[in-house]
Amino acid sequence: MRSEPRVPVSFQEQEGGGWLRAAVETVRREWLIAFRNRQDLINPLVFFVLIVSLFPLGVSPEPEFLRQAGPGIIWVAALLSILLSLNLLFRNDYADGHLEQWVLSPQPLALLALARVGAVWVTTVLPLVLLVPVLAVMLHLRPGTGLVLVLTLLAGTPVLVLVGAIGAALTVSLRGSGVLLVLIMTPFYVPVLIFGTGAVTAAVEGASITGHLALLGAMLSLAVVLAPLAIAGALRISVSNG
Amino acid sequence: MTSTLLEARQIHCERDDRPLFSGLDFRVGSGELWRIAGPNGAGKTTLLRILAGLNPAFEGELLWQGEPVHRVRTQYQANLLFLGHSAGVSSSLTAYENLAGWQAMRTPAVPEQVMAALADAGLGGYEDLPAAQLSAGQQRRVALARLYLSSAPLWILDEAFTAVDREAVAQLEALLANRVRAGGAVILTTHHSLALEGVRVLTLGEGHDAL
Repeated sequence: MRSEPRVPVSFQEQEGGGWLRAAVETVRREWLIAFRNRQDLINPLVFFVLIVSLFPLGVSPEPEFLRQAGPGIIWVAALLSILLSLNLLFRNDYADGHLEQWVLSPQPLALLALARVGAVWVTTVLPLVLLVPVLAVMLHLRPGTGLVLVLTLLAGTPVLVLVGAIGAALTVSLRGSGVLLVLIMTPFYVPVLIFGTGAVTAAVEGASITGHLALLGAMLSLAVVLAPLAIAGALRISVSNG
Repeated sequence: MTSTLLEARQIHCERDDRPLFSGLDFRVGSGELWRIAGPNGAGKTTLLRILAGLNPAFEGELLWQGEPVHRVRTQYQANLLFLGHSAGVSSSLTAYENLAGWQAMRTPAVPEQVMAALADAGLGGYEDLPAAQLSAGQQRRVALARLYLSSAPLWILDEAFTAVDREAVAQLEALLANRVRAGGAVILTTHHSLALEGVRVLTLGEGHDAL
């Protein structure tokens, strides 16, 4: 090892624009790790497809039944697959100490948290939403219903991930927190599920869906603004336990 | 000549209803090397985490250049390098990606500098191997390579030399000595015996029964 320092001692002033570079780096790192561990991404996807495809076999393959229950099945399967993958969100970073360095980086932590959760949504949930049109055909949904379903999932799943990340950040320092996290998060997921499936049911019955979509949009806006602050706070608490 | 960087006033910390340390007063100035000593369980790591701003569960005041740390947190973190027990080296990223990523969170990462820092840390030729394939000592060197990229006036190193070989420890000590001479401040804990001049020692756990 070299014993001469390379960079002289200097005091850093707060620079503008550093947050953007840090946010980009956060996203890049998340995607790089996701790409290196592709099998971890496939797990929730397979889980999602399996639940949806087992319903016709287990309950009834009648097109009439599937058309009615299909949207609910897809929504519940998406919710469960997000819920069960939450536990891993910060787990590795906490274990290898990266979270500590992340919290100590001189950038607004809430913003980094938003970038991080956004990147996670793109790698883990977006593929799932992209699969929905195929599953919609399988469940005999009408094209219009499938479209509304995709729309509600696009608005609803980011809320699930953002809110879930608060719980994941809070429980990351606890051992065996899997069940605890699921129990904490489920009540918060129920409203999203109700309005998500509500919109699709309304579309099936030919009613207006704008009300439901507006509510989902309001939840999304609130989550985007407030959840990163809560995630940042929760991460600081978890790191201080370490 | 030396200016005070970090000042601790009456730091008191308890764990499980048992006081770890109390009434700690010290000023770390530029050009000073501090070693926190004490037996296992004396609270060395806890103290370093408090100083790094990671652990808010303490009483007393912590000042960075005269300002409370919690009020100038971003500025403090921009001027601090903290290396903890777990170094924050991700096993699925290569040595280069780990170091460049760490740097980009602080200042723009220049690829040549990152490569040079890895070579300085004795990792020349290992830059593109996933950290999972490196030995424990090499992984530690990935973390230690940050020292060559950091301009931070204050370094807090918690058992930073674990797993690296004796020769590297000697060179790291020389690096710290040079750093201190250049006006940096270093606070560290180590189980190695430090062969350095002018080390200020803060011993924790005195007055308590050996734990």
